[in-house]
Amino acid sequence: MVALEATAVLPGDRSGAARRTTLILAVLLLAACLASLSHGATGVNPGRLLAAWWAGEPLAERDRLILWEIRLPRLLTGLFVGASLAVGGAVMQGLFRNPLADPGLVGVGAGAGLGAVTAIVLGGLAPAWVASLLGWHLVPVAAFAGGWISTLILYRISTRAGRTSVATMLLAGIALGALAGAATGVLVYLADDRQLRDLTFWGLGSLSGASWAKVTAAVPIMALALAAAPFLARGLNGLALGEAAAHHIGLPVQRVKAAAILTVAAATGAAVAIAGGIGFVGIVVPHLLRLACGPDHRFLLVNAGLLGAALLLMADLVARSIVAPAELPIGIVTAVLGAPVFLWILLRRRGVVDL
Amino acid sequence: MLTLRSLRAVLGGRPVLHGIDAVARAGRVTAIIGPNGSGKTTLLRAIAGDLPHSGSVAIDGAEVARLKPWDLAARRAVLPQATTLAFPFTVAEVVRLGLTAGPHAGRSELVEPALAEVDLPGFGPRLYQELSGGQQARVQLARVRVQVWDPVVAGRPCWLILDEPVAALDIAHQLAVMRVLRRYADAGGGVVMVLHDLNLAAMAADEVWLLHEGRLLAAGSPAEVIGGAELARAYGCPLTANRPAPPGATFVLPHALWAGAA
Ligand SMILES: Nc1ncnc2c1ncn2[C@@H]1O[C@H](COP(=O)(O)OP(=O)(O)OP(=O)(O)O)[C@@H](O)[C@H]1O
Ligand SMILES: [Mg+2]
Repeated sequence: MVALEATAVLPGDRSGAARRTTLILAVLLLAACLASLSHGATGVNPGRLLAAWWAGEPLAERDRLILWEIRLPRLLTGLFVGASLAVGGAVMQGLFRNPLADPGLVGVGAGAGLGAVTAIVLGGLAPAWVASLLGWHLVPVAAFAGGWISTLILYRISTRAGRTSVATMLLAGIALGALAGAATGVLVYLADDRQLRDLTFWGLGSLSGASWAKVTAAVPIMALALAAAPFLARGLNGLALGEAAAHHIGLPVQRVKAAAILTVAAATGAAVAIAGGIGFVGIVVPHLLRLACGPDHRFLLVNAGLLGAALLLMADLVARSIVAPAELPIGIVTAVLGAPVFLWILLRRRGVVDL
Repeated sequence: MLTLRSLRAVLGGRPVLHGIDAVARAGRVTAIIGPNGSGKTTLLRAIAGDLPHSGSVAIDGAEVARLKPWDLAARRAVLPQATTLAFPFTVAEVVRLGLTAGPHAGRSELVEPALAEVDLPGFGPRLYQELSGGQQARVQLARVRVQVWDPVVAGRPCWLILDEPVAALDIAHQLAVMRVLRRYADAGGGVVMVLHDLNLAAMAADEVWLLHEGRLLAAGSPAEVIGGAELARAYGCPLTANRPAPPGATFVLPHALWAGAA
C-alpha cells in the first residue's frame, strides 16, 4: 500500500499519456517508413527482398538500385524534413508563446529560401576557402543563416519587455516574408542557366528530387537541431509563464532564447533547402499533440518529431499516389490537410488572437 | 537579511527609484505600501534581480546582480503583479514549474500540499485557463511557494518576494494567505510583499515601507508608518488611522486573525 502511494502519479500530470503517445507514434512512424519504402511504380517490396536475402538469394541489381538510390534517400528526406518542420514549429511556438507561430507563416521559411537561393546564385562570389570548407553544405548552411536572421529580426520586432504581440508577429512575418520573396525573385531573375539548373535541383516544395547528395548535405544540420531540441524543453516550459517569471524560477532566459532561435533556424533552414516550403506541418502537428497530451515540451518536442516525420511520409505517399504516374508537390497535400486545421485553431482562439 | 543601499533604477530613460536604503529581516513580514506609480513594483523587480540598477541589493550578503538565475531561484521566489500563461497547462503542471530549479527541484510531491495551502485541494487536473481570476492568482502563489517550500534551507533563510499577492482574492482567502505568510516568517523565512490594503498591511506586517515618488518616505512598525503623518502626504488625501472603529461609520474588521488558526 505504502509503495503504491509513493509511486502514485500526481493528479493533473499528463506525462503518462504523453509517454504512451510516444510509443504509438514510434510504431506509426515505423509503419510509414515501410510503406514509403514499398510504394512505387515498380513492384519492389522490401519485405520480399528481405525474405529473399534471408533465404540467401542474391539481390537483383535493379531492385538494389531502386531501393538504395531512389527510395532510401526519399525516405530519409521525408523523415528528417517532417521531423524538422514539426519540431521547428513547436520550438518557435514555445519561444513566441503562441500556438500560431509557424516558421512557414511568419517569414522564416521565406528567409531560409532567400539564403539558399543567395548561395546558389551568388555562391560563386564567396571566397574559395568558404566554398571548399562547406562544399555541398553551402546551400543548407546559407538557408540556416537566412532563417536565423529572419527569426532574430522577427523576435526583435514583435517582443517588447518579454511579451510577444500576436498581431505584430503575424504582420511583421508577412512583411518579412514578402521582402524575402521579392529578393529571391530578383536573384532568380539574375541567375544564369547553370544556376537555374541548381535551383531546380534543390527543389521547390517536393521530395521528388531526393538524392544522397542532398541528404548528406542537409541531414546533419537537421539531426543537430533535432538532437538539441529536447534540451530546450525545460526552458520553453518556463517561458510559457513569460520571460520575467522564467528568470524567477531559475532559467537562463537569454541563453534559452538564443538556443531556441538557432534550433528553429537550423531545422527550418535545412528543411527548406532540400524540400522547399512545405506549409502547415509545423503548426498542425504541435497543436494536435497539445490537444492530446498537453503542452509540456519535454514530451511535445519528441512526439512532434515522430508525428511530423510520419505525417510527411504519409503525405508523400498521397502525393505520389493520387495522380500516378505523375506526382503532386507535397506542399499541396500538406496545405489541403493543414490549412483547415489552422483556420479551426483561429476560430477556437479568436478571443486570444483579437488585436 | 535583505539589504538595499542607495538603490537607484531608471526605466525608459526616467529615474524611478531615487536612492533607497532599507533592510528587511528574515523571520519578519515586510509590507511595501504607496500610491500607484510610486515605484513598488520597480523596487520588487530590483530585489528579484530582474532590473539593472545602481547601488546595491544583497540577499544574505550576496549581490543579486551577480547571482546566476538558478542560484537566485534557490534563495528567493517571486510572484509578479500579473502573470500570463501561454499554453493550456493543467494546474498541477503550472505549480510544478516552480520546481524547475531551487532547493526542491523536481519534487512533484510538493504540488498537492502547496495547492491545499492556497485552498485549492484536488485542483491539479483542472486546466489553469479555465479557473477564475482569483483561483489563478492562488495557483501562481502555490507555484511560488513550492520553489522555496522550506523557509530555511541549510541554515540559510529563503525569501518570498510578492507583488500584490492578494489583490484578486476575496477577504477570507486574503486572510488565509496572510496566515500562510505569517507561518513562513515564523519558521525563519523572509517575506517582502507589496500591499494596497492598508488595513491588511497593518494587521499582517511586522515592518512597513512607505514609498512615494521613488523614495522611501517612512519605514518602521505598522503603528509608526500607518499611524504616522507621512501616510496622508504620500497618498495626497486626508487619512485618519483609527484604533477603535470610528463612531457612526460602517467598519468591517475581520476577527480572530492569528489566534484562531486555519
Ligand atoms: N517599463 C517602464 N518604462 C518606463 N517607465 C516605467 C516602466 N515601468 C514603470 N514605469 C514608471 O515607473 C514608475 C513606478 O512604476 P511601478 O510599476 O514601480 O509603480 P507601482 O508602485 O508598482 O504602482 P502600482 O500600484 O500601480 O502597481 C511609474 O511612474 C511608471 O510610470
Ligand atoms: Mg505595481
